[in-house]
Amino acid sequence: MLGRLTIDAIPLYSWVAMGGAAVTVGGGLAVFLLITYLRAWKMLWRDWLTSVDHKKIGIMYVVLALVMLVRGFIDALMMRAQQAISLNNEGYLPPEHFEQIFSSHGTIMIFFVAMPFLTGLINIIVPQQIGARDVAFPFLNSVSLWMTAAGAALVLISLAVGKFSTAGWTGYPPYSGVEYSPGVGVDYWIWALLVSGIGSTLSGINFIVTIVKNRCPGMHLMRMPMFTWTTLCISILMAFAFPALTVVAAQLALDRTLGFHFFTNEAGGNMMMFANLLWIWGHPEVYILILPAFGIFSEVVATFSRKRLFGYESLVYATACIAILSFTVWLHHFFTMGSSANVNAVFGIATMIIAVPTGVKIFDWLFTMYRGRIEFHPSMVYTIGFMVTFVIGGVTGVLLALPPADYLMHNSTFLVAHFHNMLIPGALFGYFAGLNYWFPKAFGFKLDAKWGIRSFWFWMVGFYLAFMPLYALGFMGMSRRMEHYADPSWQPFLIVAALGAVCVLCGIICIGIQLYVSIKTWGSSADVTGDPWNGRTLEWATSSPPAPYNFAVLPEVRDIDAFHEMKLRGTAYTPPDRYEDIVMPKSTGLGPILGGLAFVLGFSMVWYIWWLAALCFVLSLVCVGIRACDDDTDFVMPAAEVEKIERARLARITPSNMHDMRPFVPKGAASGLPMPGGAA
Amino acid sequence: MSSAMITPAGGAREALEHEEKKSLEAREFGFWIYLMTDAVLFALLFATYAVLAGNFADGPTSKELFDLGHVAGETALLLLSSLTFGFATLAMGEDRAGRVIQWLALTLVLGVCFLAMEMVEFYGMIEKGAGPDVSGFLSAFFALVGTHGLHVAFGAIGICVMIGQVMVKGLTLPVRSRLIRLGLFWHFLDIVWIGIFSVVYLPGVM
Amino acid sequence: MIETHPMHGLRLAGQAVKAFAAVIAVMLLQGCSMSEAPILFPKGPVGQAQLDLLLTAFWLMMIVAIPAIVLTLFFAFRYRSGQDTSAYDPDWGGSWKIETVVWLVPAAIIVVLGTLVWTSTHKLDPYKSLASDETAFKVQAIALDWKWLFLYPELGTASVNELAFPQDRPLSVEITSDTVMNSFMIPALGGQIYAMAGMRTELNLIADEPGVFAGRNTMFSGDGFPDQHFKAHAMTSDDFEVWKTKVGGASAALDAKTYLDLRKQSVANPVAYYSAYEPELFDLLLRKYAPITGPLESEAAELICRGGA
Repeated sequence: MLGRLTIDAIPLYSWVAMGGAAVTVGGGLAVFLLITYLRAWKMLWRDWLTSVDHKKIGIMYVVLALVMLVRGFIDALMMRAQQAISLNNEGYLPPEHFEQIFSSHGTIMIFFVAMPFLTGLINIIVPQQIGARDVAFPFLNSVSLWMTAAGAALVLISLAVGKFSTAGWTGYPPYSGVEYSPGVGVDYWIWALLVSGIGSTLSGINFIVTIVKNRCPGMHLMRMPMFTWTTLCISILMAFAFPALTVVAAQLALDRTLGFHFFTNEAGGNMMMFANLLWIWGHPEVYILILPAFGIFSEVVATFSRKRLFGYESLVYATACIAILSFTVWLHHFFTMGSSANVNAVFGIATMIIAVPTGVKIFDWLFTMYRGRIEFHPSMVYTIGFMVTFVIGGVTGVLLALPPADYLMHNSTFLVAHFHNMLIPGALFGYFAGLNYWFPKAFGFKLDAKWGIRSFWFWMVGFYLAFMPLYALGFMGMSRRMEHYADPSWQPFLIVAALGAVCVLCGIICIGIQLYVSIKTWGSSADVTGDPWNGRTLEWATSSPPAPYNFAVLPEVRDIDAFHEMKLRGTAYTPPDRYEDIVMPKSTGLGPILGGLAFVLGFSMVWYIWWLAALCFVLSLVCVGIRACDDDTDFVMPAAEVEKIERARLARITPSNMHDMRPFVPKGAASGLPMPGGAA
Repeated sequence: MSSAMITPAGGAREALEHEEKKSLEAREFGFWIYLMTDAVLFALLFATYAVLAGNFADGPTSKELFDLGHVAGETALLLLSSLTFGFATLAMGEDRAGRVIQWLALTLVLGVCFLAMEMVEFYGMIEKGAGPDVSGFLSAFFALVGTHGLHVAFGAIGICVMIGQVMVKGLTLPVRSRLIRLGLFWHFLDIVWIGIFSVVYLPGVM
Repeated sequence: MIETHPMHGLRLAGQAVKAFAAVIAVMLLQGCSMSEAPILFPKGPVGQAQLDLLLTAFWLMMIVAIPAIVLTLFFAFRYRSGQDTSAYDPDWGGSWKIETVVWLVPAAIIVVLGTLVWTSTHKLDPYKSLASDETAFKVQAIALDWKWLFLYPELGTASVNELAFPQDRPLSVEITSDTVMNSFMIPALGGQIYAMAGMRTELNLIADEPGVFAGRNTMFSGDGFPDQHFKAHAMTSDDFEVWKTKVGGASAALDAKTYLDLRKQSVANPVAYYSAYEPELFDLLLRKYAPITGPLESEAAELICRGGA
């Protein structure tokens, strides 16, 4: 009846694991009780969970990412603590528990922090940047969100029921095969990936269509903001790379559950194929995580340098180059597999070529700052921190791209330091910059800048303290994933790294305080115009938070910096001649229902509860069938109501809270712009 | 927002229809992209098969297992079903709902026959001790051909749903759009099958 | 009083924390010594060549990296808002000259590095036997859970978690695994290569001088992974003769049954010697996982390939 699910699934084997389970269950219970206490269930269900509004979906994605960031970071802190003390002793974590922690840390950070964070920001912003009222497929968007949430829930519940994988976030067989990892851990990992991977594939398709089909008049491809460009590129990567993850995870699931022989040692399996398939997804994935952050940096650097983005075309081509090249380098993740020198050299060179467009981007941002008027808003500070630190990661990356050098550094802490050096400044700093930059757009008030800057410094210092020692340890011959070690000369470095993790902890606490302080004082930092930073792109043309339809009248774009140009022209806040009816998608509970079914399906596949899995599968098909027959998915918001909302908004905007555009008008040039101070 | 949920009339209906048309266009484009992601999925399953095709371990070889006559039958059924779906699409162009239903029903029958033949083939192989757990070759074979079969099964369910929709709603704009997309899916599976025939079965017996 | 007390306490606590941090910092700085880093101070030409390559590439990249970092900080300072003396060009969005430089300079560096990749990858191909007057000393390394088994075809002996070889001859290691994927590495001598069941990889290394080097599996392989290391002894010919006699005189022999016992999972195995090993053990293990398996000729072969239980 319950497959292999018995009472033994409760982690009574160690107090640390019990603690984790208690925190997870207790946290879930606390949230449940709080919502019940606030009598917020109905509101939550009606206005949020069933919503297909891209802004709300985006906010839910970011909330998911922040919650999972805390969980993933606790893993990191525990690993650092373990390695700081486990010289010639077992530390406080038994090997099996340590292995679960490094596996869940990687899995969570990639799939359930970075992916939802970037998808959330994209959801909130991209439709507004291209002057659209919603994404192309709002319902599909909700399904994507709930699939991702279902995957995250599978990882979380593995803390309390059973164990998580011990095979690392890459789950290489044969170790992850049923012979060497017989428990449920790897299955949790597989099903979390499969379920959330479907969500990501659908997101990719959704945003390709959104950007290709839903752009407002005048928004040519070469006028799209950089964030939209990077989104288009990564959506293509998501759509074409995630099927590889689906294939490889499904094959491993078949190996484990039905005794197939894709990756086993015996009976003609081939473990090298796993590495190839995984990294055919995995390398594009790295750019899926980083490119949107590059887009955010591009927006932020132009806005806070008070200057046009330098080398826009160059940046577009560089982004496209990176996206295409990202499919041609996967083998560099396993140069040491024993391929021929020709193969290794070709992939090494392909990898290095990516450094060229990436370097170009850094210089383009640099020259955006040149002759600007730089304001050190937290998002700009994150950007500068990124530029300095990312260069170091790029250098170590090129070192690892040299196959003979990689033979030395592969599997070492040097590698760990390298990819954290790419992903923390390259991806996470970008998302944090985006959070600080776009928060007022989503919520209507600004985040506290002081705590933002503090959080940045803790993250920055913490990053250097935590990962520079790991670079050094790589030279000293320390492998990754060691639960304990025997070399006393490593310990001081590991203690420094642990201090770095504590520093990052302070950074995370600062973000929490920043949110708290900002919410407490939200009235005083309200964003009335919808344009708190004197922004340049179209998302700042909507109110903050935007009306459900974003734009009452679809804007007409004349420049890359569309909204900046409107403000210069003086047409930014002019009401239209007349308002029109707006068609909006209806909310639907099918998204969360499908997510719930996917969660139960994954859970029952993990525990071999076949009847339940079959039931969920059939019910999912029924849900899809119901939706496929539904012709009544939209409703009309009448022009009168739109007019009421817009009038109320425009009434609040007075010349006193509009930005002074005079500094932007070229001095002495015959610009012909109808602005005071402009030479006519 | 709830006050806005009124029954559409006049201009509102126009707006809805306009939006519907736009949205159906986007859906068709999106469906093409979905098909491409599916093509990537199949491409990787083909690649897996190519890698493992010779790994017979202790199990039987492809020569001993494949029956080209049986496969020819499956191929004929599937190709014919693609043709009949094509006729359904043509009938849709002529606004003949009854014809559409007839052709779809015929397509469904052919598809189900194809699935039945595939089940017979799989069952026979497993009976002979050539299940997917025997060797890398058989794992890859069952995964590739089975995934295709699963897609055909979903397509068949889709045909059932669409027959129902044509019966109940007639050939409305959304129904037409869905039929076109289902047709794309069905023809796509045909192409994949031709790939399977020429990568799996033909070289397997040569 | 009531007001100052907590402040005073806070200040004291702050001072204590500062003092403590300073002590820790000094201790750590003294402790953080890299003089023993095997990769920075290699003991063989292969490791040296790999390190040289790494350093060359590092310095080459500094041509771009240093200007990028310095200019970022400089521009951020120079063009900060609030000081309106510096030039301001809000509409300046492109320059062909700068674009050409920022595309071509990194591209040129990558052309140089790419050439370096091509030549060095071929030169340092781990399969390539090393040029030497002496013939290579062949060793077969087998990854087990969680130890290394070394077979010496030249001597007919075997050892666990200890690798010995004459220092004046190149070392040629054939590698496979009778368990999950492992990676064989002796950091002081040079890079690593994977050990995979049913597959044979090879690593050619050489030591400059006699010495004892740490070696290990670098690829996570399970609970015993942290302890899966061994000592590699590069010996003078005299020392090696002594070692040969010691191992040759060991009482245990590694026949099929003993091998099956050894193969069982175990953590932190002590060093063990075997005076003989099952003939063709390495090839049998390759055949055990071969994609096409046929009948086996002997009982020992049956045991090793099929009688793991």
